[in-house]
Amino acid sequence: MKKLLSGNEAFALGAHHAGIKVATAYPGTPSTEILEYISKFDDVYAEWSTNEKVAMEVGLGASYAGVRTLVSMKHVGLNVASDPFLAAAITGVRGGLVVISADDPGIHSSQGEQDNRHYARLAKVPMLEPADSQEAYDLMEIAFDISEQFDTPVLMRSTTRISHANSLVDVSRHRSAPKQLGFVHDVQKYVMLPVHARLRRPLLEERLVKLTAYAETFPYNRIMWGERKLGIITSGVAYQYAQEVFPNASYLKLSMTYPLPEKLIHEFAQGVEKILVVEELDPFLEDSIKALGIKVIGKEFIPRFGELNPFVVEQAARRAGLLPGAPVQPSAPPQWLPARPPLLCPGCPHTSLFFVLSTMGQRAKILDASGKSQGETKMVITGDIGCYTLATYPPLRAMDTTACMGASIGHALGKEKAGISSKVVAVIGDSTFLHSGITGVVDGVYNQSQATIVILDNGTTAMTGHQHHPGTGVSAQGKKTKAVKLERLVKGIGVDDVKVVNAFDVKAIRAAMKSSLDNPSLSVVIVRGECAVLVKTRSGARAVDVEKCDDCGTCIKIGCPAIQKFDDRVFIDATLCAGDICTVCEQLCPKKAIGPVAPGDKS
Amino acid sequence: MDKQDILMVGVGGQGTILASDILGDVALAASYDVKKTDTLGMAQRGGSVISHVRLAKKVWSPMIKEGEVDILLAFEKLEAARWAHFLKPGGLALVNNHANPPLSVSLGTHRYPNDNEVREILKQRTDKICLVEGTASAKEMGDVRTLNLFMLGCISNFMSIKPNVWQKCIAERLPAKILQLNLKAFEQGRKETSHVNL
Repeated sequence: MKKLLSGNEAFALGAHHAGIKVATAYPGTPSTEILEYISKFDDVYAEWSTNEKVAMEVGLGASYAGVRTLVSMKHVGLNVASDPFLAAAITGVRGGLVVISADDPGIHSSQGEQDNRHYARLAKVPMLEPADSQEAYDLMEIAFDISEQFDTPVLMRSTTRISHANSLVDVSRHRSAPKQLGFVHDVQKYVMLPVHARLRRPLLEERLVKLTAYAETFPYNRIMWGERKLGIITSGVAYQYAQEVFPNASYLKLSMTYPLPEKLIHEFAQGVEKILVVEELDPFLEDSIKALGIKVIGKEFIPRFGELNPFVVEQAARRAGLLPGAPVQPSAPPQWLPARPPLLCPGCPHTSLFFVLSTMGQRAKILDASGKSQGETKMVITGDIGCYTLATYPPLRAMDTTACMGASIGHALGKEKAGISSKVVAVIGDSTFLHSGITGVVDGVYNQSQATIVILDNGTTAMTGHQHHPGTGVSAQGKKTKAVKLERLVKGIGVDDVKVVNAFDVKAIRAAMKSSLDNPSLSVVIVRGECAVLVKTRSGARAVDVEKCDDCGTCIKIGCPAIQKFDDRVFIDATLCAGDICTVCEQLCPKKAIGPVAPGDKS
Repeated sequence: MDKQDILMVGVGGQGTILASDILGDVALAASYDVKKTDTLGMAQRGGSVISHVRLAKKVWSPMIKEGEVDILLAFEKLEAARWAHFLKPGGLALVNNHANPPLSVSLGTHRYPNDNEVREILKQRTDKICLVEGTASAKEMGDVRTLNLFMLGCISNFMSIKPNVWQKCIAERLPAKILQLNLKAFEQGRKETSHVNL
């Protein structure tokens, strides 16, 4: 029976049918749903790990113990997990180990763009690239077989338009009986002392030779002969775009893209007059094919960054003279139309903290629309990865740096040690703090930092869709577990000044921030309030009393999407307002013009 | 109907994703090959949300080429203007007559387009513009969240797929508790465009 499945659902189902026993992940777009789907299977142990490094280590431990294991993460997650990933490459596996890296070409929801196919080459492990949900499903079982046959982790590379595109899948298999091989003591394989690692090292090269031979006959690497004037070599979702643009060309469609089937590529090259390589991001295939001495065209026409789509491929083909007609520029909406960037939600527990910060340390100096300040502000805010990064936008403009998970704390310490005159505040969310903020606090205690660290604790991993984490007390599979208490954790590390404040009490937040900034030693402020999206019952939507309102604009500066000004009138959209749980605008209005909607008043 | 490329656009929280899921189910139930993909931006709420839904005998790319959209189903007027250039010349624009001003409008740094401007932007691609009263109807029904089913009702008149297929797919996606209200919203949407002859 055919089902309409997203790539992520197909990965999950494919892994389940391949007999996995363990699945680990840290949430990250576009990979998150893989573990969410797997966590619904009772016969698989699925966990949200603290971070991707831990996910990879737990996954490798499970593999050593002889069960099939899936580890999934977004592209930058593999940076975090790269150490154990390369360790897995040298020790090899026992139970099959498949690692999904979901890349984000076009940077829909990431801090950067990178082509994780390079990790396969770096780690010398085989890589598969499905081109739709059917292949995501089919290749999963094959990946586990390859992993066990060649004693290696397998990298399964996805992208946004594989993970987050739905297509039809013929679900042909049932769950294979999970293997439970057990662990065997074998220090030359599992204890990477230099003397053992040197013994393993040549095996990696031997493995690659064997894998190259395997790739030659791998049925998902296939030639589809069409017209011989143009041959296209492609992989992943780029294959779909190419088919759209060149329906009659010959194709070499690669699903195993490392190591490459060299003979097959030569055979294809001899059968066509000209070769175009269509691939998203880096010239990963192109460089390797050129290294075989085969002439191809590719990245001189196909963009090296951003997401491909049929339009982009078509224009590239025109520039290359492969299609008739002059290339056309993409059309665009009129420039004056207002953009609609994502915002902190109405009732967001982060808003009040950022509003307070935006009014301190001469932050009002930040006037430039591009977000550059006119001079040094008296307070610098280092930020992190989460919904709260959106506080960068006007009107709050309450963030100065954001680079990667957990970096806020290190950035704050670095600025302080560099000797800037401003006060330094690091802002980090609960899930991100547990992911990789803890070691920054250790550094701050050890190296006697004077910074203030704010942990925004909304009790969930909100941005990726509300996954549990070690602080929530609930496992990925919905079981009650022990929660890590943030205040106990930071006190245990050695921070003496730790305050916990209610996220919706503006005065308390201001007082806590003032006191912490005045404290010449390291301080932590935990701002705690439940994510508004998780609050199911709402009451007491606020409204503006037009008699009392003098149009001062303070409420607009909160940046709450429910508070709108349209045709010179400030009003609160009652369908958006979070009401009684929030009341931040009511607390801030200097004219006391905001309050609950009177009963019976529907305006 | 050989193929139909549909672009659904709206604002986070309007239920466009559920609507595109149902549309995908409907296409599958009517024996089409179907692909769909959503672009959500980075936050849960408030940003632009775009779904591509494609049905045909065989679909390759999950994303529709700009300038080739058959039907633009817009849940909000500014988003209709923003994505008008994806329409094929003479394509159909079904637009919910509802304005949701982004924050930059409230802050006074940007201006929300008036109805004439939205119409003019759409007219550069097509004369087939149909404004529907989705938000008003959903509010009247007592739950603004039924907007997405109303919009599906609106588009259903322009797809040669029988109403019972739609109803079956809707019933499979929605919890029983809210099903009747949503089926009613779907019917309201069907009525809204039943007389439209473009």
